[in-house]
Amino acid sequence: MFFSMLSEAWHAMSANRLRTFLTMLGMVIGVGAVVLMMAIGEGAQQSIKRSIDSMGSNLFVILSGSSSSSGSRSASGSSSTLNMNDATAIGDLEDINAFAPISVGNAQIIYAGNNSNSAIVGTTPSYFSIRRWDVESGELFSDSDIRSANRVALVGKTVVENLFGDEIDPIGKTIRIKKSPFLVVGVLEGKGQSFDGRDQDDTVIVPITTAQRKLFGNQIPGSVRMIMAQAKSEKYMGVAEEAINDLVRQRHNIRENAESDFSIRNLTAMAKTASETAKTMSMLLGAIASISLLVGGIGIMNIMLVSVTERTREIGIRMAIGAREKDILLQFLLEACVISIVGCVIGVGLGLGGAMLVKKMIGAEILISMQSIVLAFSVAASVGVFFGYYPASKAAKLHPIEALRYQ
Amino acid sequence: MAKHVIEIAGLYKDYDTPAGVFPVLKDVNLTIDDGEYVAIMGPSGSGKSTFMNILGCLDRPTKGEYMLDGHSVKSLSSNELAKLRNKTIGFVFQGFNLLARSTLVENVSLPLVYAEDQKELRTKIAKNILERMGLGNYFDSKPNQISGGQQQRVAIARALVNQPRIILADEPTGNLDSKTSDEIMKIFDELNQIGNTIIIVTHENDIADHAGRQVRFLDGKIVEDRHNKKQKEKA
Repeated sequence: MFFSMLSEAWHAMSANRLRTFLTMLGMVIGVGAVVLMMAIGEGAQQSIKRSIDSMGSNLFVILSGSSSSSGSRSASGSSSTLNMNDATAIGDLEDINAFAPISVGNAQIIYAGNNSNSAIVGTTPSYFSIRRWDVESGELFSDSDIRSANRVALVGKTVVENLFGDEIDPIGKTIRIKKSPFLVVGVLEGKGQSFDGRDQDDTVIVPITTAQRKLFGNQIPGSVRMIMAQAKSEKYMGVAEEAINDLVRQRHNIRENAESDFSIRNLTAMAKTASETAKTMSMLLGAIASISLLVGGIGIMNIMLVSVTERTREIGIRMAIGAREKDILLQFLLEACVISIVGCVIGVGLGLGGAMLVKKMIGAEILISMQSIVLAFSVAASVGVFFGYYPASKAAKLHPIEALRYQ
Repeated sequence: MAKHVIEIAGLYKDYDTPAGVFPVLKDVNLTIDDGEYVAIMGPSGSGKSTFMNILGCLDRPTKGEYMLDGHSVKSLSSNELAKLRNKTIGFVFQGFNLLARSTLVENVSLPLVYAEDQKELRTKIAKNILERMGLGNYFDSKPNQISGGQQQRVAIARALVNQPRIILADEPTGNLDSKTSDEIMKIFDELNQIGNTIIIVTHENDIADHAGRQVRFLDGKIVEDRHNKKQKEKA
């Protein structure tokens, strides 16, 4: 019964191919748009999530500077108001799990005939645990490297690519940073982009003492640009931020009401904001795409109404030879559903194709989830039922005699 | 054979028009036995078509009793009426009323679809009946590819496919020339001979003369109900 009705629906649809195609096109475009937009939106969310994961969790960055000595304000981190002792003191706070003092700068790095201009990070071994960053080959430097300010370096993947290419194993080689020779002891695993778009793999990490004395030598001894601190858990973030603020102000003898000579950034909160933004964006895209799905549904309803009117006589004949209201209802409902589901299948295909194209053309991250396809499918089926129901029930409620007499 | 297939008593049908209630049938009483061959006659507007629609369960009477095959039709739901139209009554229309897009086999097997028979069985029965109607070579033709007489034979095949108790024909020869009309009437004659109850609505005396009983409507009432002595001799 069901299959003969399905074949009837197919008959009716193929009787007016162009019209069926155009009606279907509304669904195709709607579903295609939903799938494509969700793929783009979820891709963006995914890439932000990955950047956040790569950053480490529950992090504060305490930046030196942002102070003004003679009225003109300089950029955060530009002056060196923080030092190693501040870092140790922060590390001793109750809510702080781990800390790492950091000196950063950019420098020319040379190996053989190749060179690269990369970020130089001077820090301590705890930096790697805070950021959940490990070596891919070789090994991390140790506390004894810090104490004796050894010229050892860990290189990121991008640096390896630029300096060594694919052929040479960088471990054990000597690179020159600002003309000083450094021994490469390890290659860091890939981190990808940070959520603000920097390439985190274009980095060389050296012991902080080495960086202070041999690379950024013009600074006050013992000073650091920033201190990274990790709170024990997310719920202590607020308390910890306050504690750090009080501690450093006290250490720097800053009077009440006076401006701090440092700033604290809650990286986790910033990342969360970025993630929320991406989510909102993704929902917005989906919502706009859904509107086209709605328009497609209205198109189906419109054509089904025309179809019911055109086939009034046919409905009358069917009723005269024994079709129940239910049969007529099912027949037209099935037709609407077949149109919307076939349109949906094509639309999913088109959406996936479009997503691949977007990935290829502009390199945007794309995430095709089964969830979005299932969602598009179920929405399309319910659009078919919802917008097909009214015309179908209109057909089923026709009076047999009036339907038979209809010219 | 004396069993009553149709018993109608005190039947009224009114139509609500913008100008007021318009009575079409007024106190109609009629009994038809199993195996009878009845012609319902009358000028247009006499109510014979409305009567036919009520007989065929396409419409409900305003008042009165209609017993079909011993069961009262009055209290039946629309689904039950549909089942009667499907199983108990076979319709033949003036304008054939075939589905233009479907093949002859599909047209003939359509009542079986609604009777929820299996596809193989449906096709077998439909082909069988089409062959009996002399249309064995046209199984997969569309209605517009065959003549009017052939189309009416397809319609008769469709009416017979569920082996109904009654065949209702509404001006079955109205769209056909006299030669083809004779052929179609011959089929009805044969069907009646093998025991089918046939009711034909017509305004042509020639056609009505095939029937053994003639019922004449005028102004919504039966004015004549007589045995037809002139019933044509069937071959």
